[in-house]
Amino acid sequence: MGWFRKPSNTPLWRDEFSVFTADERYVNRRQFTKFLTLTSFGMLVGNLWILARSAFHRVPTYPRMAIAATDEIAVGGAKTFTYPTADDPCILVRTGSDSYVAYSQKCTHLSCAVYYEKEQNRFECPCHQGFFSIADGSVVQGPPQRALPRVTLESKDGQLVAIRMEGESA
Amino acid sequence: MNTNPPQNRGLTAIDGAMALIVILLIVQIWLLSATLESYLAGHREAALPGAIISAILFSACLGLYRFVDRIDSDIRRG
Repeated sequence: MGWFRKPSNTPLWRDEFSVFTADERYVNRRQFTKFLTLTSFGMLVGNLWILARSAFHRVPTYPRMAIAATDEIAVGGAKTFTYPTADDPCILVRTGSDSYVAYSQKCTHLSCAVYYEKEQNRFECPCHQGFFSIADGSVVQGPPQRALPRVTLESKDGQLVAIRMEGESA
Repeated sequence: MNTNPPQNRGLTAIDGAMALIVILLIVQIWLLSATLESYLAGHREAALPGAIISAILFSACLGLYRFVDRIDSDIRRG
C-alpha cells in the first residue's frame, strides 16, 4: 500500500479495517478493485509465460517409423498405432486404394481417443461429440477448438512410414 | 444543481472505475485463452501481440486502481 498511498499518520489497519460504516463502503470497493487488478496481473503473467515458452521453443525431431504395410488394411478401414513415442496414440485410415491419412488419436478438447466413423467419413470423439474432418483433421463440430495433429506419411517398399507430425501442440 | 453529497460522488466515481476494470479484465481473460489456444495449435506468432496487449490492459487496470485509491484517500482522509 505504501507504493501508492499518500504519506499519512493514519495507521494502516484503520485504512484497511474502517470502524465507520460510511467508510466501509470505500474500503470494500478499494479492496475489491485491488483484487481485480491483481487478477489482471495474473492474466499478464499467463501471457508472458506463453511468450517465454514460444521464445524458447525447440523444433522437435521425429523418427522415421514404419507403421503398416500398404495392403494391411482395406479401403475404409482404420488402424491404430503410436507415433512418435509409445505414449502418443495415432490412427491411420485408408481413404482410397492409394490414399492414406493418419492423425493423432487424442482429441484436442480433453484428449479422449477419437475413432473413425466410416458411415459419415469423419473422426468422432465419443466423450463430448466432437467431430473432425478426415481430409485435414479440422474441427467439423463440437467443443474442440483445434484440428487434430496430422502424421505425414511416406510410402516405401510396400510400407507406410511416418516421418513427422504437423500442427502438434508445443 | 448537484445535491449529491461529496461522499456519494466519490462512490459513483469508484463504481464507474470498477465497472471499467471488470470490462478490461473480461477482455484480458479472453485474450489469454485465445493466445493459449493459438499457441497450443502451433501458432507461436500470436504470443508477442498477446503479451503486449495484455500489458496495456494491465496498465489500464493499474491506472484505474490508483485512481480509486486516490479518491478513497482524498475523501476519507480529507
